[in-house]
Amino acid sequence: MVARLWQWFDSRMPTVGAEWRKHAAEYYAPKNFNFWYFFGSLALLVLVIQIVSGIFLTMNYKPDANLAFGSVEYIMRDVPGGWLIRYIHSTGASAFFIVVYLHMFRALLYGSHKEPRELVWIFGVLIYLTLMGEAFFGYLLPWGQMSYWGAQVIVNLFGTVPFIGPDLALWIRGDYVVSDATLNRFFALHVIALPLVLLGLVVAHLLALHDVGSNNPDGVDAKRLKGPDGHYLDAIPFHPYYTVKDLLGSVVFLAIFCGVLFFVPEVGGYFLEYNNFVPADPLKTPEHIAPVWYFTPFYSILRAVPPLFHSQFPGVLAMGIATLILFFLPWLDRAAVKSIRYRGTLYKSWLAAFVVVFLILGYLGTEPTTVWGQFPVSDDSFLGKYIVDTKDVATWVARVCTVVYFLFFFLMPWYTARDKVKPVPERVVWH
Amino acid sequence: MNEQEKPDKTRRNLVIATSAVGAAAGIGVAVPFVASMWPSERARAAGAPVTVDLSRIEPGELAVFEWRGKPVWVLRRTKEMLASLKAAEPRLSDPASKASEQPKYAENEYRSANPEVMVMEGVCTHLGCSPKMKSAEAKGEMGGEWVGGFYCPCHGSKFDLAGRVFRGAPAPTNLKVPPYTLAGDTLVIGEDEKTKGA
Repeated sequence: MVARLWQWFDSRMPTVGAEWRKHAAEYYAPKNFNFWYFFGSLALLVLVIQIVSGIFLTMNYKPDANLAFGSVEYIMRDVPGGWLIRYIHSTGASAFFIVVYLHMFRALLYGSHKEPRELVWIFGVLIYLTLMGEAFFGYLLPWGQMSYWGAQVIVNLFGTVPFIGPDLALWIRGDYVVSDATLNRFFALHVIALPLVLLGLVVAHLLALHDVGSNNPDGVDAKRLKGPDGHYLDAIPFHPYYTVKDLLGSVVFLAIFCGVLFFVPEVGGYFLEYNNFVPADPLKTPEHIAPVWYFTPFYSILRAVPPLFHSQFPGVLAMGIATLILFFLPWLDRAAVKSIRYRGTLYKSWLAAFVVVFLILGYLGTEPTTVWGQFPVSDDSFLGKYIVDTKDVATWVARVCTVVYFLFFFLMPWYTARDKVKPVPERVVWH
Repeated sequence: MNEQEKPDKTRRNLVIATSAVGAAAGIGVAVPFVASMWPSERARAAGAPVTVDLSRIEPGELAVFEWRGKPVWVLRRTKEMLASLKAAEPRLSDPASKASEQPKYAENEYRSANPEVMVMEGVCTHLGCSPKMKSAEAKGEMGGEWVGGFYCPCHGSKFDLAGRVFRGAPAPTNLKVPPYTLAGDTLVIGEDEKTKGA
C-alpha cells in the first residue's frame, strides 16, 4: 500500500525522490568522519530549535518600548510553559555560536576551506555574519539595560565611519537615540528578514558542499578510488550511515542542552546577562557593560585599538577586518596539504596560538579593562607622559593578542607555504 | 542555420535597454523603503527644548535632564570644582576643545557660557554610554591623581568637570555641549540664538 502510494507520487513528482537520493541516500561522504563532523548537523538542529521556539515567543512578545520588557516577564511568569520556550531560545542562541565556532575550527583543522571548497567556506562565513546580526537584533528585544546599551554601543560603531557615520547611525536607529522605532525595526529584521537570509544561505552552503563533496580528517579525496564491486573504497552513503551517527550526536547535544536549560539557563551571566533583568533606562548606563560572550573576542579587539586623530574608527575598522578577513582564508592558506595531520609545526603552532589568543580576547571582552590591575607607571614619568596611553594590564594583553590574531592571517601565506608538510596517504588512514 | 547563430542586434539592444530600465525601476522602488527607515516626523518633533530652573539645583549637585532622548547634565560648579579644571589640564588630550563639539559661547576652558554652570550632553563620545560623576574623593577607585570628573563605565574613558577627556581614554573627543540659553536662573536646553534663527 505504502509502496504503491509512493509509486503514484514518484511518477508525478520525481524531483522529491531524486533530491533525496542526491543529498542523502546516494550522497557519498568519506567514511572517516570523526567527532569534529558532528557540528554541521548540530548547527542545523539548533537553527530548527531557534525557529520553532522563536515562532512561539512572537505569539506573546510585544515589540513596543513600553511593553517589551513586561511582555518578556509575562512570557516568563504567566504564559504556560513560556519560561521554557524563552530559555530554549536564549540557550539556543549561545548553543548556536558554540556549535558554529567548533564547526569553523574543524575547517581550520582539516583544511575544509581549501580548494575546491572555497565557496562552501564563503557561504559559511556569510552564515556566521548573518548569525551575528541575528543575535544582535534579537538581543535588543527584551528591552533590558544590557539590550539597550549594547545596541547603543553597536549602532554607534557605525557612527564612527568617516563622513557618512552620523547619518548612517541615525538611519539605523530611526531616531536620535535607541528608541521604540529602533526596537520595532530590529524586531522585523530579527523575525523575518535575517531568518530568510539565513535559510537561503544554509541551502547554498549545503548545495555547494554536495557539488564538490565533503572533506575529511585526512584531507584526501575519498571518492577517487573504487573497489572491484564498483563502490567507493573510502566513501559511504550519507543515509543511513551519517544520519544515524548524527542522531547520536544530537542526543548527546540535547542532553547537555537540557542540562543548561533546566539547571543553569543564565550560565552565571554569560548566556543571559544580569543587567538585562533591569528595564532599559536611556538616562543611566549600567556600571559594567559587556556584550554576550560570543561577541567578546571582537569587542576586545575594538577596545584594544587606541583612537587615532580623535577618531574611534581605527578600532571599529580593526574589528571589522577581524571578521571579514575570514573570507580570504582559502587564499591565504597556501599549504599543499589540507589536514593538520600532514601539516608541519609552523601551522600547528600558529593555529594553537590563534586559539589561545581568541579565548583570551573572549575572556577579556567580558571583563572591565581593569580586571588585571594596572602597571605601576607614574603619569609624570617619561613613559607615562609620552609612551603609555593606558596603564591597564588587560588592555595591553588584549593588544598583544590582537596582534597575534591578525598575524595568524596576515603571515599565513608565508608560513603555510614554508611549512614542512608530511606526505599525504593515497586513501583515508582508517580503512 | 547561419542566420540563427548570428544574434539580432536590434533585439539584443532591446533586451539590454529593457533590463536597464528594469534595474532603474528596481532602485526606484527601493528608495521609499530605505527612506522609511529615517526618523519619522513624530521623532523629529520630539526634540523640543527643555527649561530648567537653576535655583532648584544645589551647587556641586549633578542634575540630569532628558533632551531628545539623551541625558543632559547640569552642574553648578563650586570654587573647588573650577580649580580642579586647572589641575587636570596637563593630562587632557584636548584641553582647548579644538577637536570637540560645542557652541561658540562654550569655546573656552570651562566649556560653558557661565563658568559656574556646566551644561553637557551626558553621552560618551566613544560609543554613547552615559558616564558617571566621580567626585575628587573617589581617589581610591580612580587613581591618586584624580581631581573629580566623569567616568564612563563602558570602556573606561575619563573626563574632567568640563567634560574634557583625559589622555589614554578610548573616547576621541571631549563631551558634547548642547545648544542652550542662560538668562538669570532660567536655562533652556536645546535652544540658542543659532537654533532660533534656523
